[in-house]
Amino acid sequence: MTELTLVQAVNRGLQQAMRDDGDVLVLGEDVGLNGGVFRATEGLLKEFGEERVLDTPLSETGIIGTAIGMALYGLKPVAEIQFLDFIYPAFDQIVSELAKFRYRSGGQYPCHVVIRSPYGGGIKGGLYHSQSTEAYFCHTAGLKVVIPSTPADAKGLLLTAIHDEDPVMFLEPKRIYRSVTGEVPDGDERVPFGRARLVREGTDVSVFAYGAMIPVVTEAANALAAEGISSEVIDLRTLVPLDEAAILASVEKTGRAVVVHEAARFCGFGGELAALLAEKAFFSLKAPVTRVTGYDTPFPYALENLYLPNVERVSHAVRTTARAG
Amino acid sequence: MTQDPGRAAPAAATPPGEGLSNEETLAAYRVMVLARATDERCLTLQRQGRIGFYVPASGQEAAQIGAARALHAEDWVFPAYRELGVALARGVPLEALFHQFIGNSGDVLKGRQMPNHYGYREFRFVVASSPIGTQITQAVGAALAARRRKDPVVTIAFFGDGATSSNDFHAGLNFAGVYRAPTIFFCQNNQWAISLPREKQTHSATLAEKANAYGFPGVVVDGTDLFAVHRAVSDARRRAASGQGPTLIEAQVYRFGPHSTSDDPRRYRADTEVAHWKEMDPIKRAKELLIGAGVLDEARDTALWEEARAQVSRALESAEKTSPVEPGTLFDDVFAEPTPRLVEERAEFDRLLAEGVIKP
Repeated sequence: MTELTLVQAVNRGLQQAMRDDGDVLVLGEDVGLNGGVFRATEGLLKEFGEERVLDTPLSETGIIGTAIGMALYGLKPVAEIQFLDFIYPAFDQIVSELAKFRYRSGGQYPCHVVIRSPYGGGIKGGLYHSQSTEAYFCHTAGLKVVIPSTPADAKGLLLTAIHDEDPVMFLEPKRIYRSVTGEVPDGDERVPFGRARLVREGTDVSVFAYGAMIPVVTEAANALAAEGISSEVIDLRTLVPLDEAAILASVEKTGRAVVVHEAARFCGFGGELAALLAEKAFFSLKAPVTRVTGYDTPFPYALENLYLPNVERVSHAVRTTARAG
Repeated sequence: MTQDPGRAAPAAATPPGEGLSNEETLAAYRVMVLARATDERCLTLQRQGRIGFYVPASGQEAAQIGAARALHAEDWVFPAYRELGVALARGVPLEALFHQFIGNSGDVLKGRQMPNHYGYREFRFVVASSPIGTQITQAVGAALAARRRKDPVVTIAFFGDGATSSNDFHAGLNFAGVYRAPTIFFCQNNQWAISLPREKQTHSATLAEKANAYGFPGVVVDGTDLFAVHRAVSDARRRAASGQGPTLIEAQVYRFGPHSTSDDPRRYRADTEVAHWKEMDPIKRAKELLIGAGVLDEARDTALWEEARAQVSRALESAEKTSPVEPGTLFDDVFAEPTPRLVEERAEFDRLLAEGVIKP
């Protein structure tokens, strides 16, 4: 075990996979000489050379299209998109190509690319360095969508992603890249997809979140415990595939649910969770499912702290839900 | 319309013997005839409602088959959706294509795509899609992967004049230039992107010259000349395989038919223009050369056409007799292993089928 920040854990995951498998390579803007703008790829160029650490021209469609070609050939490319906000030039490659290769070829052409991208707000990044648009990718059949919230999960889920057989969107909560530290297993220790993580056990309200919202929700849950409200906090970790069993089991126990994410509310992932609970846990529910999310506005700059769910908003929602009905 | 500034005047056809023996030329010609016969039949089948859609390649046979015959078996082809001649020249059986046109249980793609959007791993012919130009960057990635594996493989991306305006054309050429990728960019400039004429697609005098900006050669070739195309692609392949990097080839051709069975070209182009280009019909040109070389005569040519048409009929008959795709395959191949959600959706689907709520 080693104490690492989340971004260091990403780095160790890449390093581990590249040491173990010569087919793994990374490509993206500033990933080589500069080690990535967040230093996620630091040291990789020196250890693995230019053939496996490609500083690319500034073109997201070029990065992803190239990665797709490499994957079709049999390599395991890990592409970095510098900020999730800049992924849209590659949207066609991701949605029309990457997600559909296996299906459209009748299984002849699996296409395993991992796309790593820092996402989310809280860094004073304004409109174009802050957005949380995971729902676009969850809505596209053929993509797995993974969001770690701890250093151990960052490394363990990344290793699973790299050795998976399908395309994976690996979204990294940049706001907690360095603010969260934790013990990370050494070696090739993988964390499976499709299993939520129980962050905190509770009996009154289930709170579902992921990524940079986990520390916020945990702090709120701790504060509410002093008021006598027992919150169960669940980190979804992989949105696709989703651990529906863990979600349903928790709500069957508590009868109350709050969903927290940074993304805008309308058609956000929380809507899917609310629908899931309505379809499959309706008779367990004692109160309406509540969403605490970003607003349906573009991501703001000066008012960022009022846009993002914070401890006060989460606490308020959990308290209200606990008392409803 | 036929005299846009950058178009090379069709030169006298390169004589047989330049890279292709008489036997190879005759073999290429047979594939050209088979492609044309397939096109002619499929346009009728679409009008009869026996296939849903069709993208004809008539007029582009010399470009496609000349290029394909310059490739090695281990090379990877990244096609657009108009590459019938390439597929046939790579050895894809006609029957496999007809299964795909119908989308039945014999289709390797399991009926997942519209006609013409096929791919056959066995023939290193990557599966096509509808978005324009996306295969161009992918071809570069595969070329870099082959080089990393030290495989003697060249990749080739096929695309049309319209694709030269796409994001992936510029990204792909730029990446290929930077990394000296062993790739060939083969543009069939068929003069029309649906209804947009070539001179409104770009103000560049030629499409080939766009390669200059990316630091590698671009060449214009008469795409109705089988031998000229074969030579240009052979040269580009040699460059790529010997580490000299990519080449952009602009093969100037003409799309004799519609963009697809969903448009009527008389709305946007003149019959006189079509007639002009039909004088340079690549099949006619190849036939004349073969007759001149003494390896073909009118009687043998007639027999060759009859055999091609019979082959098309046999493939069609076989495909029409093949059962439809199984409904349950709807859920296969989304992922390597279905997610719990897909398992659940499939169970619901099967239940609805069993109860007769939905019918296959």
